[in-house]
Amino acid sequence: MEGIFQIGIFVVMLVIGLFAGRANERRHYRELAENEERLRDIVTCAGRGAADSFRSGTLVVGSVVIAEDYFKRVAASLKSLVGGNIRSYESLLERGRREAIVRMKQEARRLGATHVVNVRLETASLAEDWSAQRPMFSAEFIAYGTALSSS
Amino acid sequence: MELTTLETVPGKTITRHLGLVQGSTVRSKHAGKDILAGLKNFVGGELKSYTQLLNESRTEALDRMVEQARDAGANAVVNIRFSTSNIAAGAAEVMAYGTAVVVS
Repeated sequence: MEGIFQIGIFVVMLVIGLFAGRANERRHYRELAENEERLRDIVTCAGRGAADSFRSGTLVVGSVVIAEDYFKRVAASLKSLVGGNIRSYESLLERGRREAIVRMKQEARRLGATHVVNVRLETASLAEDWSAQRPMFSAEFIAYGTALSSS
Repeated sequence: MELTTLETVPGKTITRHLGLVQGSTVRSKHAGKDILAGLKNFVGGELKSYTQLLNESRTEALDRMVEQARDAGANAVVNIRFSTSNIAAGAAEVMAYGTAVVVS
């Protein structure tokens, strides 16, 4: 009886994760595309870029914490039995990193900057509960750089 | 105080180097927020309360670094880097470091 109950909970969580997680991901990708389009005119680069021709620079930071859903977690643990690319995590990390860059650019826009140079990306994984046997995966993504403006 | 990730400050020249300065903070998650984040985990997506928490920590770490730079007599910090590490269950350290300089 207890076994059936546990399987029931597992299936419900899996289904919730599958549908809500998918809807979440699709919405996030749509928002990312819109925001990236809006911020396309801000030039970003990982090196010094044209830093010397500007008069002032300020630190800008963008960050986000993103978590997996239950379906991704199960899919990833099944996939890791056979090895290979874990697609469900790839999309998670990609979204996180793009979101961090978007937020960094939004801060640059607020400051009236046209370029962000020397951009650095950082990832830190934050386990939900270390006492659990397999903690839920969540990670923090940070993008930071120097916003340049000519004034 | 001028803060940049570059090794120089745009539009200014560095006249003196004052060495490495750093600021860090360790924060634990709020229990209430933790429960909400746990629920959010079934559907995935952004954990807004953690994003906010780590942002506050980063501001705090940066403030401490700036304070240290100011004590050293600097008016700018260049080459700033951040790092985050998960040191214990529910606690994260956020660190900011850079080189304190005098610019004119």
